[in-house]
Amino acid sequence: MYIYDDFDRTLVQERVREFGDQVSRRLSGELTEEEFKPLRLMNGVYLQLHAYMLRIAIPYGTLSSDQMRMLAHVARRYDRNYGHFTTRQNIQFNWIKLKELPDAMADLARAGLHGMQTSGNCVRNVTTDQWAGVAPDEIEDPRIWAELLRQHLTLHPEFSFLPRKFKVALTAAAHDRAAVKIHDIGLRMHRNGAGETGFEVIVGGGLGRTPFIGKTIKPFLPKRDLLSYVEAIMRTYNQYGRRDNIYKARMKILVHELGAEKFAGEVEEEWQSIKDGPLALDPAVVADIAARFRYPQYELLADNPSELARAREDNRFRLWLDNSVTNHKVAGYAIVTLSLKPEGGPPGDATAAQMDTIAELADRYSHGEIRVGHEQNLALPHVAQRDLPTLWRALDGIGVATPNVNLISDIIACPGLDYCSLANARSIPVAEEITRRFRDLDLARNVGPLHINISGCINACGHHHIGHIGILGVEKNGEEYYQVTLGGRADDSAELGTILGPAVPYAEIADVVEDIATAYLELRARPGELFVDTVQRVGVDPFRERVYAAR
Amino acid sequence: MPLVKAGRIVEDRFVRVVDDAPVPDGAAAILPAARFLADAHELVLRQAPIGVVWPNDRKVAELAPYLDWIALVALVFPNFRDGCAYSQARLLRERYHFRGELRATGQILRDQCLFLQRAGFDAFELTKAADAPAFVAAVQRYSVFYQPAADGRASTLTARLARVPQHSPS
Repeated sequence: MYIYDDFDRTLVQERVREFGDQVSRRLSGELTEEEFKPLRLMNGVYLQLHAYMLRIAIPYGTLSSDQMRMLAHVARRYDRNYGHFTTRQNIQFNWIKLKELPDAMADLARAGLHGMQTSGNCVRNVTTDQWAGVAPDEIEDPRIWAELLRQHLTLHPEFSFLPRKFKVALTAAAHDRAAVKIHDIGLRMHRNGAGETGFEVIVGGGLGRTPFIGKTIKPFLPKRDLLSYVEAIMRTYNQYGRRDNIYKARMKILVHELGAEKFAGEVEEEWQSIKDGPLALDPAVVADIAARFRYPQYELLADNPSELARAREDNRFRLWLDNSVTNHKVAGYAIVTLSLKPEGGPPGDATAAQMDTIAELADRYSHGEIRVGHEQNLALPHVAQRDLPTLWRALDGIGVATPNVNLISDIIACPGLDYCSLANARSIPVAEEITRRFRDLDLARNVGPLHINISGCINACGHHHIGHIGILGVEKNGEEYYQVTLGGRADDSAELGTILGPAVPYAEIADVVEDIATAYLELRARPGELFVDTVQRVGVDPFRERVYAAR
Repeated sequence: MPLVKAGRIVEDRFVRVVDDAPVPDGAAAILPAARFLADAHELVLRQAPIGVVWPNDRKVAELAPYLDWIALVALVFPNFRDGCAYSQARLLRERYHFRGELRATGQILRDQCLFLQRAGFDAFELTKAADAPAFVAAVQRYSVFYQPAADGRASTLTARLARVPQHSPS
C-alpha cells in the first residue's frame, strides 16, 4: 500500500487545523450555515436527519491494520460503536457531534486518514479495483496512477468549486471491478501494439436521476499525459458545465448536450495547449510514487496445501471457501472477501469490535492490509492458503464469514430514510428482509450470482440502475413505494436496468424479489445461465407477467 | 468591501464606470466588458490605467489582443460556490501571460483566498470586513501543494523530483 511521506502528512495536518478554525467560526456565528456548508462538505461532513455525518476517504480502497484500528477508535469514541462502508470505498460515521469533529479528524490524521473531498462539488475519492495489485487479471497496479491522480486533484485551486461533484475511477484488470463506465471520468488501462500501457479515457458516465453510460473519448492515452489530459477535461467542465440547475450540473449532462465528439474536441484543443507543460509526467516522479507502495514479501508456497484439503471435509468451510475466496496472482495465496451482509443486518456496517478483530487478523494473516470494495464488503488481500481454515474460524466468530458474496443476499444499499435527509424511502430494512427470505443458502446458491442494488431516492447512491435487480424508493401519497428494474449491470457490457412495472408498496417489495427469483429459476435455459443473461435473453416481459399477475 | 493586495488593505485607485457613463480623464477606470470591447481601440491609447470587468461566462480569449494595454482585469464570483472564474484566471496568467492586476470580485470568503491566489489573483475584494485582517494567515495555512498552478509555488511534482537521487531503488 502507499506509505505517506512528509508532504502527505503535513498537508493532512494543515487541513485539520484549517477545519478546526472553520468549525469554531461556525460555532461562534462568524460563518453562516450557508457559507459553512461547502466548507464542511469538502471535509466530508454532512448534516443528516439526526446528526452530522462524517465520511472518511479510503483512497482506492486500501487500508492498513493501524488505520482500521483508528476507524474502530473513532466509532467507539465519537460515534455509536459502528461505521458504515459505502459504495465508493469510503466509511461513514453517522452520529458525530459538530464540536467533536475537529478532534475526530485530528485522531484520524494521526493514521493518515481524512475526509477531504469526500463530499461537495469537488473531485471525490478516486476509486479503483479493490483487488488492485493482487488480481491475476491485471496488467499492472492501477493504484500508482490512482495515487498520482489523488494527489493532483487534492485541494486543486482551480477545481474545488465545480458545477457539481466529480468522480473518477480506474481499472487495470481484464474484468472491470471498478465500474469505470458510470463515472465522470473512467480510466481503463490497456497495452498497445508496442507493448506500452496507457489509458482508455471514458467520460460522462453517472447514475443519479439521469443515468448515462460513459463514452470513450480517447482510446489510448500515454501515461505521461494522464494529469494534463484530466486537467483538460476538468477545465472544459468547469467552464462549460451548467450551474443554473443542480439536476443538469453533472458532467454527464454537458457531454450529452454537447455530444461526446464535440466535448472530445474541446478537451483536445485545451489539452494541446498544456500537454507539454509542467503536468507532463516525468518517469522519475512516477517512480518516486511507485517506490512508496509497499508490497508484501511473499513466501514460496504451492497452491492447494494439505491443510486446505483436510479442512474441505467440513461442509461449512467448503461452502465459504467456494464462495468467498478468490485466486491471487501469487501461488499459494488467496484473496478473502469478508461479507458485511449478515442475515437480517444492514449492508456494509461493521462494529468497532469487528474492526479491531479484522485489523488483528490482517496483521496475522494478510500482511497488515485490508481492502474495501464498492460492494460494501471488505477483503484480506494476501492470505496464505494454508491459513484459510484458521482464518475462517476467526472470521466466522465475528460474523463476517457468511458465504453469500455475489449472491442475492449480498445487497448493495444506501443508508436510506433511516439516516438520510434526501431519501424518500427506507433501504436498509428492505435489504434486511431480503436477506431473511434467502437465508437458505442452498436456494441462494441455486439462484447464483445476482446483484441487488437499493437506493432510497433518485440520487441513486445504491446504484440501483446497474443492479441486476434494481430497487428504487419513491414516495406515493406519503407512503414508501419501490420501483424495480431488471437487467442492469456495471461490468464490461455495462447497461442500465429496464423498469419492470408499477412501483409496489413497502410490504410487498420482498415478495416481488422472491417472485423474480422464482421466475428466473423457471425461465433460465440451464442451471449455469446467470440471472442477468436470462433477462437479456428473454427480456423483462416474462418477469413482468409473473410479478404482476397476482397483484 | 475591503480591497486586499500583497496582504494589506489598500485604497482602490480605480473608478468604476457604469454602462454608458463617460470615462473620467486622467483617472484609473474599470469598464464593463461590452463597453470596453466597443471602444477598445481608443481606450487602450489612454494615458490613465484602464481596467475591465469580465463576466464568468465569456471566453477570456476575447480579451487576449488587448491584455498588453490593460492594467486590471476584474473577474466575477456571483456566489462563493461558483468556481468558473478560477479557470479564467489561470488562462489569463498562464496562457495569455497577463501581468496586470487580477482582481477577484463578487462573493468570496477568506477560506478561498489561497485557491484564488494560486489561480493567479493578486487583488481581492473581500465580502466580509473581518476577512481582511485574516487574509495573510489564510493564504499561509498550507505549506504543501500537490499541483502546479499560476502562483509559481513549487509543487510536490518538482519537490519530489528534487529528492529522487537520494532515493534508493526498491
